[in-house]
Amino acid sequence: MLRKGFALAALGLALIAGPAAAATTHEEAKDVHWSFEGPFGKFDKAQLQRGYKVYREVCSACHAMNLMYFRNLGQPGGPFYDEKYPNPNDNPYVKSLAKDIQVSDIDSETGDAIKRPATSADRFPSPFPNEAAARASNGGALPPDLSVIAKAREAGPAYVYSLLSGFEEAPAGLAVPPGKHYNPYFPGDLSSFWTGKGPAPKGGFISMPPQLAPNKVTFDDGTPSTVQQQAKDVAAFLAWAAEPKMEQRKAFGFGAMIYLLILTGLLYVSYRRVWRNVAH
Amino acid sequence: MSGHSTYEPKTGFERWLDQRLPLIRFAQDTMVGFPTPKNLNYWWTFGGILAMMLVFQIVTGIILAMHYVAHVDYAFASVERIMRDVNYGWLIRYMHANGASMFFIAVYIHIFRNIYYGSFKAPREVLWLLGCVIYLLMMATAFMGYVLPWGQMSFHGAVVITNLLGALPVVGDAITTWLWGGFAVDNPTLNRFFSLHYLLPFMIAGVVALHIWALHVPGNNNPLGVNVKSKEDTVPFHPYYTVKDGFAMGVFLLLFAYFVFYNPNILGHADNYIPANPLVTPAHIVPEWYFLPFYAILRAVPNKLGGVLAMFGAIGCMFVLPWLDTSKVRSMRFRPTARLYFLIFVLACLVLGLCGAKLPDDPVIPGLTSFTLVDSDLNSYVWLSRIAALYYFAYFLVITPILGLTETPLPVPESISAPVLSHPATSPAGAVASPEKRG
Repeated sequence: MLRKGFALAALGLALIAGPAAAATTHEEAKDVHWSFEGPFGKFDKAQLQRGYKVYREVCSACHAMNLMYFRNLGQPGGPFYDEKYPNPNDNPYVKSLAKDIQVSDIDSETGDAIKRPATSADRFPSPFPNEAAARASNGGALPPDLSVIAKAREAGPAYVYSLLSGFEEAPAGLAVPPGKHYNPYFPGDLSSFWTGKGPAPKGGFISMPPQLAPNKVTFDDGTPSTVQQQAKDVAAFLAWAAEPKMEQRKAFGFGAMIYLLILTGLLYVSYRRVWRNVAH
Repeated sequence: MSGHSTYEPKTGFERWLDQRLPLIRFAQDTMVGFPTPKNLNYWWTFGGILAMMLVFQIVTGIILAMHYVAHVDYAFASVERIMRDVNYGWLIRYMHANGASMFFIAVYIHIFRNIYYGSFKAPREVLWLLGCVIYLLMMATAFMGYVLPWGQMSFHGAVVITNLLGALPVVGDAITTWLWGGFAVDNPTLNRFFSLHYLLPFMIAGVVALHIWALHVPGNNNPLGVNVKSKEDTVPFHPYYTVKDGFAMGVFLLLFAYFVFYNPNILGHADNYIPANPLVTPAHIVPEWYFLPFYAILRAVPNKLGGVLAMFGAIGCMFVLPWLDTSKVRSMRFRPTARLYFLIFVLACLVLGLCGAKLPDDPVIPGLTSFTLVDSDLNSYVWLSRIAALYYFAYFLVITPILGLTETPLPVPESISAPVLSHPATSPAGAVASPEKRG
């Protein structure tokens, strides 16, 4: 009954489109240039490697990536792809990255729950055993799974980058509830928390505190570790994780386009030829 | 078939088969020798394009079904697994998802072309009705297909649309429960939607066969809307229209390929990459773009049952169009007034689509507050959609019947060959071709 009531409420919301929904605002995501833009854009491998490090050392403390396996890191187009290892499971770099992470398993001899070093065939482990535990550790908020986050938000990686690098001091007149943080890029409705002059600021309250700080992650390639750089690199990594076959798709698409152009051209020429003697 | 069969069995086997099952004769009469008006323009190529899209959707869909898991706990992950681990799964899935949009682009052009050139008029009413049935089946198929990835829009879209039937008096609740297979959209709903999503395309294919049969009895209409008078007016379907349709298909495939390879998610909604969660409602539930005009009509009516009836009525109007149109002239080339109203009709449909994508209370002109009429400000999308919906219904129910009686059409040519042709033959018929000069 509760679910039915909920369903009807959803319908009502859709039909009358509640004013609350209409008041949701956020700043437009920052304009970022990505190496993977455009029909020939590719992921920047070094950036993906840095981004993976940011995810592993910062984000993975709270955010799962349930669709990702360590082997994905070594597949074509991935951050640690090596032509010498067409089977990413054999990639020694991926193996050693996996080995550093402990995953849960069952001891096949005793049936006991154990921890063991991950292999390249393992899934990225979740930081929390279940949703309740995740909420309990995060003030009631659930850190979303990041596997396809770059596809699951309008503006995608630009949004992730803007959000992570966009935390700012709440303007005077904005009452920030305890455990919440003001972020102009996070969609929300701040009008009921606003006592300042003029319209309420754009943005919303997010439960995640600012996570990135200068030099929080040491980049092995010597790239200066600023907040902007960390945010951009992890956003690129998440864009790759959401769409790991993008490079393959664009390369295939280029061939398909050329093929179709030639085919269409030939068909047009044939069409003109076949119809040449017919008035129409 | 229009005209008698031109097939002559050439070999012993063909003669033998022709007396038992005239399969080759049927294929020859349908796809090769079929006399087709020689003045069909590119708007006529969308029938072939639609047939191609149906084949694409069925083929890619069958492959997807090999990997998809129809269960609320696994559906989302199984779709992503197709994208990540199945060989060329990303290609198959993006072709299927964008193919649905391309299918609807083509079907809308096909329908508008039909209305403009009066193809639905006698003797092609059954052809038109079968087309309406195909369109209805397409909508049902597309709706259920969108539910299968079990993302946020899948789930909440299913909730909103299935709840519409609950607006029906007396039987509404029972029908909704029966449709859901429970008391909410849940695993039984997903399972039956998957089953029906697999079934309906084959029903579409069946009705398409009837559609083509009903086309081949009276033959094609044409841009002039006059009947075929003599053999001079027609060309055999092959090679003339196989090559013209083929060229149009190539152009259409280029557009399709652009979406699949370079912008595969632009026609979808980002929220559908969030796994379905019945406890979190998206701020803004919108259907896929091809349903937006009907969604806008639904929301334009302040009463739920009224909205549902208006939405289904909008489709119902299409079914009765052949009996609403009183004009004896088929093509709007010779009906300048009708052409104007038709263009406004197309515009109204586009405006309805725009309104369906917007929040009803948002202002059309930002910053301007006019006055409140009935329930919302006049400067709002809900009022814009009301105006457009009113025109939509007026076009079918008032303008079309009255216009046919009052307008004065331009003189209609005697036959297809009679008027000055837009593309005269570049060399006299029968002249030796000079391949080095043209094509």
